[in-house]
Amino acid sequence: MKDDTHSVPRTVPIQSATFSNPTNAEIRRAAATGIYDIRGGGSKRKLPHFDDLLFLGASISRYALEGYREKCDTKVVLGTRYAKKPIELDIPVTIAGMSFGALSGPAKEALGRGASMAGTSTTTGDGGMTEEERGHSSKLVYQVLPSRYGMNPDDLRRCDAIEVVVGQGAKPGGGGMLLGQKISDRVAQMRNLPKGIDQRSACRHPDWTGPDDLEIKIMELREITAWEKPIYVKIGGTRPYFDTMLAIKAGADVVVLDGMQGGTAATQDVFIEHVGLPIISCIGEAVRALQDMDLHREVQLIVSGGIRGGADVAKALAMGADAVAIGTAAMIALGDNDPRWEDEYNALGTTAGAYDDWHEGKDPAGITTQDAELMKRFDPIAGGRHLNNFLKVMTLEAQTIARACGHNHLHNLEPEDLVALTMEAAAMTKIPLAGTNWYPGKPGTSY
Amino acid sequence: MQTFDLEAQGLRNLNAALQAQSKETNQTAWEVVNAKGSHAIAVGLDAPIEVTVKGSTGYYCAGMNKQATVRIHGSAGPGVAENMMSGTVIIDGDASQYAGATANGGTLIIKGNASSRCGISMKGVDIIVHGNVGHMSAFMAQSGNMVVCGDAGDALGDSIYEARLFVRGSVKSLGADCIEKEMRPEHLEILKDLLERGECDAKPEEFKRYGSARKLYNFDIDNAY
Repeated sequence: MKDDTHSVPRTVPIQSATFSNPTNAEIRRAAATGIYDIRGGGSKRKLPHFDDLLFLGASISRYALEGYREKCDTKVVLGTRYAKKPIELDIPVTIAGMSFGALSGPAKEALGRGASMAGTSTTTGDGGMTEEERGHSSKLVYQVLPSRYGMNPDDLRRCDAIEVVVGQGAKPGGGGMLLGQKISDRVAQMRNLPKGIDQRSACRHPDWTGPDDLEIKIMELREITAWEKPIYVKIGGTRPYFDTMLAIKAGADVVVLDGMQGGTAATQDVFIEHVGLPIISCIGEAVRALQDMDLHREVQLIVSGGIRGGADVAKALAMGADAVAIGTAAMIALGDNDPRWEDEYNALGTTAGAYDDWHEGKDPAGITTQDAELMKRFDPIAGGRHLNNFLKVMTLEAQTIARACGHNHLHNLEPEDLVALTMEAAAMTKIPLAGTNWYPGKPGTSY
Repeated sequence: MQTFDLEAQGLRNLNAALQAQSKETNQTAWEVVNAKGSHAIAVGLDAPIEVTVKGSTGYYCAGMNKQATVRIHGSAGPGVAENMMSGTVIIDGDASQYAGATANGGTLIIKGNASSRCGISMKGVDIIVHGNVGHMSAFMAQSGNMVVCGDAGDALGDSIYEARLFVRGSVKSLGADCIEKEMRPEHLEILKDLLERGECDAKPEEFKRYGSARKLYNFDIDNAY
């Protein structure tokens, strides 16, 4: 019988998981503008990642090393296959390519300062080499990109290694975008284009079309630089087994493999979130390609795409990588998205930690901008110090884990040190599910 | 005249010898024999020397050239004079695809025809082609000049920025954002100089000029292809 003395309880409104508030907001934004969303950064949705793997520390079957007291080496040598002058890094963490144009000059300087203090390398980007970065980087990798913005033989000879960029984890198959808001006089001059217009980097190299051509291109670069410098080939994580094989076949000294959690200066959100593979699904395949060609450790593997700390470093190395590269984490270490600028992030319609409209050139932290006034806020000396601190912490963390697993070099970490926390991670990595010796697809098992 | 037998002495020795020359060198004239389609001949030069290559070349001949004059007595493979900074490259025969790709400066003269994507992403080079160019030539051309005395293939100047294109013959089709433009007196002067430098006796008045409509310069969905 109906109780007229009380109102009927109402159900609690439930937001649709499919049509979530962010999804609906994007539909409204698209309906109002007719333009897809362009933003910076990497994928924001939850993806299988290094957190889905755990280390097995030593107990009886493995013998642990004493933290801080027993040596755990971190050095890595890159380019031992053909280069006359391989690069030796003190730590297996490098700074990924980020362009001048996307980043300010002081930000590039800070990357150089921090990396040099930590004994590692930085990488140029789609915009050419700046004096800020060359001057402050003890070791600098020069990217040869499809756009060839700022490309010249003098800088090719001033670098310590050359990275032929074929793809990027955030947008494999896509070119870059640097929208007109960030094209200052200096950026325009370096890229040989008018000030204020959008600069669209090509999605493919203009003067080669496949692995056989790439092989000849690499030979030309070696001839121009007297076969001294290691040649890296960077690929986006999509078909890692075959792309790694073809990069090696083309003559790469080092393969750089970038997963979809990797960032970008600016591209379509739909690209960032829906194209490419999570990095943990790529590493094992790339290592398998190296092993099948009997070149694992002779051709080095650098992996990137959402590396955030020492545990990620240790896990990537345990899976067979020789080093990792960081981009977004380095920017955060410099001060990007810092809560100290919260009011200004709010004024831009966002919040610290979520700011990703780097293409607009209004970065309150003065890092992803070419605005002279905003750039003044960023101190490259302090930024470099922070980056150095962060790189040291990452290394210490990785060493701590390696010692606990009984290893006296980070490169001695191995897949047997790892277990997978989820079925998905086990299937993607072929690392056994925790508590078992099984992974999905493993032949001859009956679990 | 220094004569270098590529077959006998090897590519590395050739490039090392040529790259070792400076503006003070008295070895200003070089002849390369037995080219036989080899790749990366005379790349990365940075001295005002003259290099004559006897025979046809493979990929990337005279790549990233600075200052030098490289003459190919034959045809050139893909990517000839790619990313050239300055100097001159002259091809007596035909050029394969991507001739002068991304080149920043200097002059590229092709006495025969050029294949597809001639001058792709050119960034300041002057390219003079006596014959025809293939499809997608001057794709994303940023700056510099391209002169085509013959015909141009499909999608000429697709997504072009500020480069100037001069074509005497027919154009099969224009690419995105590329339009025919008025030939003003200053353009005739530019073209006259280019034709003289290109060892070409065509008359400037016989050419049409093409360039960017500039509709793709800033993102606008109504202009998207």
